Amino acid sequence: MAAPPPPPRLLPSGDRAIAVEFAKNIDDAANQRVLALDRALATAKVTGVTETAPTYRSLLVHYDPVQIGFDALGGKLLALAEMPSQATATSRRWRVPVAYGGENGIDLEDVAKSLNITPEEVVARHSGGDYRVAMIGFTPGWSYLSGLHKSLHKPRRLSPRVFTPAGTISIGGVQAGIQCLAAPSGWHLLGRTAVRTFRLHRDPVFLTEPGDRVTFYEVDAKTFAEQERAAEAGEIIAELVAA
Amino acid sequence: MSKLVVSSIGPASSVQDHGRHGYQRYGLVASGAMDQLALAAANTLLGNEPFAAAIEIGPFTASFTARDGAIRVALCGAPRSADVAGRAVAMDASLTIAEGETLNLGFARGGAFSYLAIEGGIEGEPTFGSLSVNPRAGLGSPFSRPLQQGDELAAKPASGAPEQRIELPAASGPIRVVLGPQDDEFADDAKALFLDSEWKISATSDRMGYRLEGPVIKHLAGHNIVSDGTVDGSIQVPGNGAPIVLMLDRNTTGGYPKIATVISADLGRLAQTPAGTAFRFKAISVQEAQAEAGKFAQLLRSLPERLRSIESTELNIEALRGANVAGSAVNAVDAGTWQAATLAQD
Repeated sequence: MAAPPPPPRLLPSGDRAIAVEFAKNIDDAANQRVLALDRALATAKVTGVTETAPTYRSLLVHYDPVQIGFDALGGKLLALAEMPSQATATSRRWRVPVAYGGENGIDLEDVAKSLNITPEEVVARHSGGDYRVAMIGFTPGWSYLSGLHKSLHKPRRLSPRVFTPAGTISIGGVQAGIQCLAAPSGWHLLGRTAVRTFRLHRDPVFLTEPGDRVTFYEVDAKTFAEQERAAEAGEIIAELVAA
Repeated sequence: MSKLVVSSIGPASSVQDHGRHGYQRYGLVASGAMDQLALAAANTLLGNEPFAAAIEIGPFTASFTARDGAIRVALCGAPRSADVAGRAVAMDASLTIAEGETLNLGFARGGAFSYLAIEGGIEGEPTFGSLSVNPRAGLGSPFSRPLQQGDELAAKPASGAPEQRIELPAASGPIRVVLGPQDDEFADDAKALFLDSEWKISATSDRMGYRLEGPVIKHLAGHNIVSDGTVDGSIQVPGNGAPIVLMLDRNTTGGYPKIATVISADLGRLAQTPAGTAFRFKAISVQEAQAEAGKFAQLLRSLPERLRSIESTELNIEALRGANVAGSAVNAVDAGTWQAATLAQD
């Protein structure tokens, strides 16, 4: 039997949050432990814990220090992290349509050139991937995905763009992403989707959860335009399938 | 219904309250007032819930006019000159603006944000339980953007309740921090330089982050870490070595090492440090920081006990006459302290 993984590090993020760090690097096993601790903590309902934010490698646990101190909460978190991981929570899979290239993915040609493959091959490798939402952060709904094809790992742009549009589908380093709102970005833009992972006055407001599975499929620019109109009307566009 | 009309306003002024909590796992930050103590004090003066929405006013001048009736307000936070129709108005006190009169506010002095609370609160449609403006996410009500000249805020007609002032403790000294969560990305001499140096807040700071001017803080290895979660007060050090304190509209995750975190009890004080004023940090343990958080919570609870009645001056009688309730609320006698409070603002 393999030795149990080492306990996570408890790092104070001021007096109202603890970062429970499982790894320093992007590591699929560490991310699984982050998500498992997040679920265990939600089940345990520890007094004083106000919210949690899972990331690639750590779980940020926000709490009220008037109700529970760093030492007491730290002890509880270490105990929960040691418990055998429950079977993975109900795993959902989203199928997300993407219009690749052209004005929707202005970096597709350059990415293809730099990798010495055709744009079609980049699309095939990106849309052929099996991704998991490792974390949601930066701005509302920005879903960071693990599972990018190794041949598409590519350093970020030297100069980030100050504006990239809503629905941008991009890659940066070992990560892939679904960007919801317009934002600055240093990633390579492969395409756009009509899917909005955050939309007010829609049920649900937030589409993706950390741990969800994601696959992409290609649509043409005309279909994308139609889907954009449907999304404006509040449709989810992404298809939910059992994992 | 009366309304408070924004007759003039500078940038960095918006409706803020306690913020929207519980959605950082989806990348949505809480936002909320930069100085929660000042927000709570202003609301307490009017009998509002302590963290109800109020107008957070940036360092520049502003003016507000009462329409369709008198409006009772309270002003706390960064001191500034204030008058209604030429009559001086005290900080940390309530006042009633008569129908048609304008409250004029000067530049902030010795602070950055003032809070103008309205009796009965601000009318709006909460999203995730909050009216706080978050322009990047398109959230906030009655406007999902900073306030502009001509904006109108619905307000309850002034109650005519006696005006009050509030006594707040003076706080000074270094801004206290807890080292980490990534202080191990910095050598001991870099940490010492951070703690032993004078810092100034850059004029390019905003509600997302306060940029610090001072020595260059070098990283041990590189400045790129794998993104992890941020908190209000995280001090991240990007590649150029110039630290940024993440404030209430921060991104929820970040990929720069965080050398330290401002303690929650001192965050409002940092928020109120004017650009260009020198200050220092001081490291304390997380346990000490949590004791300070307890004291701060106690201070917030004590606000109702810190209310003082004020001598009803000509200013207030006129304002109340405007509210058509003159005579119903003239019972305060504390001329000495009222005078002291008026002098103390300069």
